[in-house]
Order: sequence, then C-alpha cells, then structure tokens
Amino acid sequence: MPAKTILSRPVYGTLSPQTGKNHLFIADAEGAAAILDLAKKAPDGFFASAHIMFIPEMAGNQFQTALRTLKPAQFYEGPSVAAALPRLRQTLANAHMGLRLYLTGSEGLIGQAMQVALEAGIDHSSIQTEHRGSWARRVQCVHCKGITENVTTQPATCAHCGLLLLVRDHYSRRLAAFQGVCINAEDPSEIPQKEEIFR
Amino acid sequence: MGINFRQETFRDDFTFRNSPEFIRRFPFPFHEDAYMYAVNIEPHVQGPKGTVFENLIDVDEHYVAEMQDRAKVLAEDPLRCQSLPHMTLAGWDLLELLMTEQAKGYPEHFTLTRDGDRWRWINRPLGIDDTFTFGDLSTLPYGPMEYITRQSQGDFCILDQRDGNLWMDAGMVTTQADWSLDFDIGMNFFEWHAPVPLAHEKGIFTRALKFLTNIQQGKPARRLNWTMTINPRLDTSPENYHKWGPDRTTVTPDNVGDKVHLRVELQSFWRLPRSNALVFPIRCYLIKMEELVTVPKWARRFHRVLRDLPNELVEYKGLTRYRPAVIDWLSKYDDGTPTSPGFTPD
Repeated sequence: MPAKTILSRPVYGTLSPQTGKNHLFIADAEGAAAILDLAKKAPDGFFASAHIMFIPEMAGNQFQTALRTLKPAQFYEGPSVAAALPRLRQTLANAHMGLRLYLTGSEGLIGQAMQVALEAGIDHSSIQTEHRGSWARRVQCVHCKGITENVTTQPATCAHCGLLLLVRDHYSRRLAAFQGVCINAEDPSEIPQKEEIFR
Repeated sequence: MGINFRQETFRDDFTFRNSPEFIRRFPFPFHEDAYMYAVNIEPHVQGPKGTVFENLIDVDEHYVAEMQDRAKVLAEDPLRCQSLPHMTLAGWDLLELLMTEQAKGYPEHFTLTRDGDRWRWINRPLGIDDTFTFGDLSTLPYGPMEYITRQSQGDFCILDQRDGNLWMDAGMVTTQADWSLDFDIGMNFFEWHAPVPLAHEKGIFTRALKFLTNIQQGKPARRLNWTMTINPRLDTSPENYHKWGPDRTTVTPDNVGDKVHLRVELQSFWRLPRSNALVFPIRCYLIKMEELVTVPKWARRFHRVLRDLPNELVEYKGLTRYRPAVIDWLSKYDDGTPTSPGFTPD
C-alpha cells in the first residue's frame, strides 16, 4: 500500500468475514487470493450464502478452481469489469437487508464496483475492501470529462481530448476516478517526461 | 437611488473595472502584514454603510455583467450547476433566502410578493417578473437553486449535514478559484478540501467543521479567503485551465497594474430552515493592482504579505510565475512605514 497522501484518496483494509445473511464478493485478478485468505478465517457454511463475481484479467486460470472449491451459492466469471457491471447492478437492485459487500483486487475494480453500490444506496463505509494487484488508475480529465482507464504513467495523455494530464491523488468515489489536470496549461511547450509510476 | 450597473466583461476584451467608491468598499482580507491560514470565522452581521457588509447578501455594480458571464459559462458547460436528487428542498430554501435578502437590501431593484405559496418575483436589473408556486418545480423554468443563482452574484455550494459531516451535494459554481464542482460533488468536508496544503496538519478543517455543523438558523457566519487572478476573469475553473493558464505567462513590469488582480472570496455560511442543509455562498471580488494601490495602506500591506508568503501557498495558489514581477511593482508603493491594524483604509 503506498503512503497515505491526501484525505480524498481511498484507504483499503483487509477482508474479514462479516455477520450478514448474504455475502457478495467482487474481485479481479489477484483479488481472488484475498477471498481465499478470508475463507481461512470464515465460519463453516459461510460461502453457502455467498455470490462470487470474478474477473480474471491477467490472472488467467490460476484462481477459478480454488474459488469454486469454496462452494459459493453462485459463481460468475466475467471477461471484463465493464461486462460485469450490469449483472452487479441487477444483483444489488434485488438485494435485501443483510447483504454484505466485499470488493477486492485492482483499484479500478474496487472503485467501479463501489460506484455501482453507492448508486444502489449502500453506504461506502459499510463495504469491505482490500487492494491486491495493480495500482493502475482510472482518471477523469477535468477538461473534457472523459475517463481514461488503466493509467500507469505520470503525466498521462487523456485518451479523449489528448491533453497531457497531471494525475492527482484527489479521488471521487462518485466518478470512481482520480482527477487529471493539464500539466502544461500555462506553457504548452513544456513537455515533461512520462514516468511509469502506477503499477 | 439605485446602483449604477456597469456594462463590462470578464473575458475576451476584459473591460471590468471598479469605480472609485467600489474600490473603497473592497473587502481587503489582510488585517496584519503577514498571512497564514486560520479559522478566521466571525458572525455574518451587517456592517457600516459603504462596506460589502452593508447587506448580508451584497449586490454591487458588477451584478448584471456577472449574471451575463454566468449564463455564458452555463451554456458552454451545464455541469457547473448540479444538484443531487435529495437536495431539491434545500434549493427552495436557498431561493427563499436569496429573494428575501435581495428584496430587503435593494427594494429599488428587487421585489418579492407572497400570497401563501403563490410568489411573485420582480428582478428589474435583469428584466424578470415571474409568478410561481413555492415548492412546485413545474412553475419555474429551472430547478429552484439554478433559478435563483442565475440571479445572484457569487458561487453557491449547498451542503447536506449527516453523520457529523457536511456533504457537497449541490452547487452553482462558475466563478471558482480552481476547483471542480463536477469532481467534488458528493464529497464530505475533508475530502473536498483534501488538496489544500498545510491546513489539515494545523487542525484547521477539524475545527472549522465543528463550528459549521453547529451554525444555527438566523445566525450566519463568514470568513474571507484570497488568491490572485491574471486578467479580471471570473471563470478560472480547472475545466478551462488550459484556456486561461497561459494568461499567467503574460505578466510584464509594464502591465502588472492592469492585468494582475487580487481576488477575494467572501464566504458565508447559513443554516437553511426546511432542509437543515447549510448554504455556503462564495462571493468573488476582484481588484486591479492599480486600483489597490490607490489605498496606500493596502499597497504597503499587500506588498509585505506577498513577499513573505510561504512557498507551499505560493505554489497552491498558482502565483509562482508572476509573483516576483508583482512584488517588484508593489515595492514602489511600500516606503516601509508601519501600517495600522485592521482591514480598513486609513
């Protein structure tokens, strides 16, 4: 976990089994390992009321067998976060009191799943989160409002309007994105070198 | 006799300026020769005639031009005015507050007549005469917050109070000093202030939040904040930073007096009666350096404040490129004599 920077920057914890009627897990890539770690601390029968949504991304096939061995009531494997979000919306729209939500994996996955949960009226502080894997950022260009996915460099080029953006630590849960502000607005002839810093 | 509203612009040819009596009423924000953050909050009570505190919602000679500039900003970017769904009642509260205060302070320009829920609002400077039903959205051309803040100087943030915190859940923000409502909407008090340097460590925001959550209806409070702007541009939003940022490279020793402006925000804080939300008007006042130095005390003091400003604040306020030129220009107006305590001209 990188040093805590500013107060709008999300802070992630460690997943632990919560008291609840139903448990919804959303994970990408190495987030699967966090679910497996939680399983070691979970009471018997915990996963009988669990639904796992897993997006393997770069992790390939290495976690699916272990996750299925937990015997969740429902298991879903999706090809991308974007593809999984409509299913998540539907699941939350039909959810009842007593549902606990666990988000784990990349910062982009946690942020986007939390955004959907907030829209469904779930308080962000009631959601368990654990970061695993990539620190690549989703960045909203403050100028054109387009969101660029998987930003690893500082500065970064906006995929929509092409401005060179300083990626700030200022983060919006509502947008599930960090803020990008033109880095050479005052003098466009200044072109700072890009460095790979969000891995 | 009413206010003589100036025809002027805050973009393109930048014809904004202050007439002499408006220079004297400028809310100069420095009570001593140095500046550091403080929880400088005081009761928002009426002040002497000829100051910006004469009325609690101040209307001045720039009113009509500012409202025209706001309409242009909104036409280009409607995201500058947003209200989360639970904030409509607070919007009606704000409409009542602004209509009531403007009609009370400036009866020659604004008239509000109420007959139960049937209200008639006359805004003579903008040529508006509307009758509507208070609480009925279908009777206004915009939502209540947008309707009234298209007719009121300053930015407006409406803060919902819950869980011991304040949440930026609605706002009209077109004259901001470099922060984005679209990005910050929905954030709590600490989150939207997160990028501000130094003040968190000093406990400023913890104390300010405690004060603000205890504000009572009918007892508004206020504070002043400041920055600097090149050209009299109201819309210094981050959204348009790539358009106005290059202005900062255009300051030369010859144009400091006309181009460089001290920008003061009069922030006030009001409890709203029906929603229990807080409204936070952020009223922006601009003054050119050549106007500022017509008050010798302000010239000496601002020279000293700017010269001794901590580096973090220079950077955060975006003054880095042109500060040396401004200090140099102001030094001609500082003979080193002491300045009297307090904000007012000698």
